[in-house]
Amino acid sequence: MSKVRTLILRAPGANCDGEAAFAFEQAGAEASLVHVNRLIRHEKRLADYQIMVIPGGFTYGDDIAAGKVLANELRLKLGEDIARFVEAGKLILGICNGFQVFVRAGFLPELSLSGSQLLTLTGNDSGKFECRWVYLRANEKSPCIFTKGIERMYLPVAHGEGKLVPLDGALSEANTALYYTDAKGDINAGYPHNPNGSVCNVAGVCDSSGRIFGLMPHPERHIRSTQHPRWTALSAKDPGDGFKIFQNAVDWAKSL
Amino acid sequence: MPAHGDHKGRPYGLFRNDGWGVSVMQRIEVSLKSHLPDARGLGLVKDIQDLGITTVTGAQVEDIYWLDADLAPDKLELIGRQLLADPVTQNYRCFTGAGGEKSAGGRQSHTIEVAYNAGVADPVEQTVMKAVRDLGIKGVKAVRTTQRYLLRGRLTSKQLETISSRLLVNPIIQHTLEPGQFTFPKNPRYRFKLDYVNLLGRNAAGLAKIKKQFPFNDDEFQVILDYYREEGHNPTDAELETLAQTWSEHCVHKTFKGKITFGTATIDNLLKSTIIKATRQLDKPWCVSVFEDNAGVIDFDGKWALCFKVETHNHPSAVEPYGGAATGIGGVVRDPLGTGLGAKPIANTDVFCFGPPDLPYEKLPKGVLHPRRIFKGVRAGVADYGNRLGIPTLNGAICFDERYTANPLVYCGTVGLMPKDLGRPGRQKPGDLVVVAGGRTGRDGIHGVTFASEKLTGESSAVSYSSVQIGNAIVEKKLIDVILQARDRGLFSRITDVGGGGLSSAVGEMGAETGVRVDLDKVPLKYSGLTYSEIWISESQERMVMAVPPEHIDELLSLFAGEDVEASVIGEFTDDKRLRLFYKGNPVGDLKMEFLHDGRPQLTRKVSWSPPQFPEPDFASPADLAPALLAILGSWNVCSKEWVIRQYDHEVQGGSVLKSLVGKNNDGPGDAAIIRPVLDSEMGAIISNGINPKYGELDPYWMAASAIDEALRQIVAVGGNLDRVALLDNFCWGNTDKPEILGALVWAAQACHDMAIDYGTPFISGKDSLYNEFEYEGKAISIPHTLLISAIGVMKDTKLAVSMDFKRAGDLVYIVGTTRNELGGSAYFGTMGFIGNKVPRVEPKSARELMNKLSQATEKRLVKACHDCSEGGIGVALSEMAFAGGLGATIDLKSIPLGERVDRDDFILFSESNSRFLVEVAPENKDEFEKVMKSAGFAAIGRVTGSDFVEVFGLKGQKVISASLADLKEAWQRPLRW
Repeated sequence: MSKVRTLILRAPGANCDGEAAFAFEQAGAEASLVHVNRLIRHEKRLADYQIMVIPGGFTYGDDIAAGKVLANELRLKLGEDIARFVEAGKLILGICNGFQVFVRAGFLPELSLSGSQLLTLTGNDSGKFECRWVYLRANEKSPCIFTKGIERMYLPVAHGEGKLVPLDGALSEANTALYYTDAKGDINAGYPHNPNGSVCNVAGVCDSSGRIFGLMPHPERHIRSTQHPRWTALSAKDPGDGFKIFQNAVDWAKSL
Repeated sequence: MPAHGDHKGRPYGLFRNDGWGVSVMQRIEVSLKSHLPDARGLGLVKDIQDLGITTVTGAQVEDIYWLDADLAPDKLELIGRQLLADPVTQNYRCFTGAGGEKSAGGRQSHTIEVAYNAGVADPVEQTVMKAVRDLGIKGVKAVRTTQRYLLRGRLTSKQLETISSRLLVNPIIQHTLEPGQFTFPKNPRYRFKLDYVNLLGRNAAGLAKIKKQFPFNDDEFQVILDYYREEGHNPTDAELETLAQTWSEHCVHKTFKGKITFGTATIDNLLKSTIIKATRQLDKPWCVSVFEDNAGVIDFDGKWALCFKVETHNHPSAVEPYGGAATGIGGVVRDPLGTGLGAKPIANTDVFCFGPPDLPYEKLPKGVLHPRRIFKGVRAGVADYGNRLGIPTLNGAICFDERYTANPLVYCGTVGLMPKDLGRPGRQKPGDLVVVAGGRTGRDGIHGVTFASEKLTGESSAVSYSSVQIGNAIVEKKLIDVILQARDRGLFSRITDVGGGGLSSAVGEMGAETGVRVDLDKVPLKYSGLTYSEIWISESQERMVMAVPPEHIDELLSLFAGEDVEASVIGEFTDDKRLRLFYKGNPVGDLKMEFLHDGRPQLTRKVSWSPPQFPEPDFASPADLAPALLAILGSWNVCSKEWVIRQYDHEVQGGSVLKSLVGKNNDGPGDAAIIRPVLDSEMGAIISNGINPKYGELDPYWMAASAIDEALRQIVAVGGNLDRVALLDNFCWGNTDKPEILGALVWAAQACHDMAIDYGTPFISGKDSLYNEFEYEGKAISIPHTLLISAIGVMKDTKLAVSMDFKRAGDLVYIVGTTRNELGGSAYFGTMGFIGNKVPRVEPKSARELMNKLSQATEKRLVKACHDCSEGGIGVALSEMAFAGGLGATIDLKSIPLGERVDRDDFILFSESNSRFLVEVAPENKDEFEKVMKSAGFAAIGRVTGSDFVEVFGLKGQKVISASLADLKEAWQRPLRW
């Protein structure tokens, strides 16, 4: 059968598109970098793909708020296509800036095109952009397809606006796919294990279909053992922790 | 003189917000919901306390968006609700017309509102306009933003002024305004008028006056006079500007290319007879392009090539640290992009030199920003711009010295990746079109080049108004994305970046062999009112120039338009070997390329140099060396730079193999950084640097040699080898019109030649920034002679990488290399208040042999950890390896191989002799390691222990250090825990 087709969305300021494409290719998918303008101008059709990824970066400079401008653009100009894409049982992944885009577009915790935003990702409590490695635990109660079979992960974060804050009662435990923990798995270890001060230590959110997933950490930056910050001291194991997320997505999409 | 005559800002006064030019105005004020913590506000309170003002109890920051529009209330609401304010965390208020702002009032509450000066591009204006259009709202003519700071607590008006001037406002780009009293400035129209500069009709006095307005020396001015006498007409202002830019130190490096007499010897072209000479002599087959393009290019794996360039952006960073440093990154990133037929930027490296962050304000020269503010601003500028471009910042260094206070140094380097067969400079044909792409042209950086080649004074902040540029990283990111696509489609025949000197340098150099005509009115402008000369020399950021064959122009323009990148045809390459400028069809400049590029008379300089003598330290070796070790670890130069590194994205692009923070808790000081440029290949690129200005004070030759040795040591320490290593030189020097200072430069350049030959490591590119001198109370303060050596090495198998943290208790600790009494300029003497005289030297031949053996040992996987000895010598290297690995260690100074008699424990422990490494080896590999290292100076000096202590035993067998890992690490981390 033909390979799973993955669309990696390019937009002004997106900058993790290359390594995201590489991760999906390693997982056996075919990855295409497509500029958002080409979708808007109907030069490319979202429907031709099974997975859509909004990679990390600083879309439109993160001016106003991280991911805000692309969020409006997607909701207002591509909202219908994206809704149909999800209805068709296909997958959408937002990494870092992609996650910020999802919450500001109102695609999470549940897909909505009304422009009502229930979650936000705001400035880190530290007041700084920080690049550091964090331990993560997947919520086994989450229907998330991307995190199936994953208990723990060690991945880097690199962001200044990653503190998840929901409106009261807007985020159920079922929607919580990923938590920050310390090395021992303690969920309440505090800063820097929770690098941004996220409410309830939430690192990733998934909708109830399990097919729209956004997370602040970068799984595409740990698909090889040599990306681990301490691989020179450990017995390096391949693939890296983040790889399973891409494998899960591709395996699921094969069945479409 | 006409518009360009006075470049001290007056003509641009129009662009300051001086209140005139009122238009309909609406605004939306966005503030954080009161129950949420305001990280920006808390940060501000902390900075205010750092100023010694303790009465501020709280601070909030509000963002205010000013719209030049007349929107219906519901439309304005929509913008606030769906775009500007975050519904979860923020509130917004809409206003129509100025005013309407109730100042909170009361002695307990103070408001400072800060706006950008007119003429300074508002960084978010374009994005907000686009986003408003996306909402389906039309009729917004312009957008500007201001920040409003609300401070709570008792403050005198003097304290408010201090907070405002030291933290919130930089008059170069900002001003304060009455809350709600913003007005949109109008841009003046420009009515074309051709300006000639009357040279021919002037007497000596008149000529002298003109000469003052341009940075020409006597010889240059005479040559220009002769040229125009021969041509028989006066130059236009644009022609003289072109010559001034093209012949500036910054663009042409006349000192390095000059004729230098040194006693009886004469050096014709310092660069060619030292640094380039070594490269030619080594003639490495893997050098693809050296000293002929915007960056040096080396073969990576036969299919791909790497290019590397390091630039400085010192003067702009001195007056506006954030913008200056950001545009420094933006500028150097365009170098690889403008090398060959375009390389993808894949890594950044940054090295800074600042005054001490704890400098008392009394010692701060007037008109100079405090080192702490420059540090924070530069760091933020580099991080914001580099992170936005998605280029990992791999490593760097920060040096501190009081003489950098008024004259900070900001080195920015970028590595690029390109197909090897596109590594050579392109060639355009007559008839190819001149296309400028990316950002629009404004008054940014007008005369930046001549500014960069001049000395700074206390008034620089005032006079250099027009030299400060504000970067926009996303414009550059978009530009990179489309240029790489255009490259892969083969749409342009040549490319270069627009940097110092603006279009005048970029297009002028590109057209040197063919000739070129440019229609300056075709250049897209940020705002009206620029004269044709200003358009020609503007240094606005994020611009590239391409030569595009006519048959490809439509495809190229539609590709760029497709991703919202502006590209315009502004002229055509010709075959007349002339530079011809037009504005709306009128000729405004016409120069022979030959004269422009080869007409400059060679600079001639006399130099001298004599070694200084400093008092020899006369203190006895302390019985307990722990306090000295802790002091060195806690010194500004040695202490942890984690605070800076964490705020750079060093993982983006997914190639990271060895990071700059390593060890058990990811916080130990790694040596060189390693990345995989090509994700599906095991091969790696190693990037390192060497710098130590303290040695330059004693001997510039050995400073340069030491910097090269350090850069190479780091490459070997992480598991690389010297087989394919290329070097870059970046000289930042004082006023080279002074024989002593130029003499030091000559010695340093000679060392670069000698070391390159003996190590077999060619230089592939370089840069110099001279005249780094500051006049203060009639006294000239020169920066220390500062040479940054950057190295890039190719690694066959990244799986062989070694990190510096101790790995296992019971392993052996070896010293590789020979220790001498070389503490001149050392960190140890520094903490004891001395400089000393015996500067570390280098024996490159034996050092190369030793490094090759160590490389073989790592290749055989006999090395578990390796760290090079630099500042603080063995003492610091051992401590860092121990606390990075969370494992104690014990060593014996008696076992350390000495190159001469040294009978002091402190000298042996803290000597900074070059070409030395500490190496961790497993006991089971002892024999094989020693076999490989045979006959190199090395010895086993101790063990990694399970304890939490670093212990050092002295020459008499006594314990001279017993310090806990926690104390050592705390001393090292404390200073920059900001």
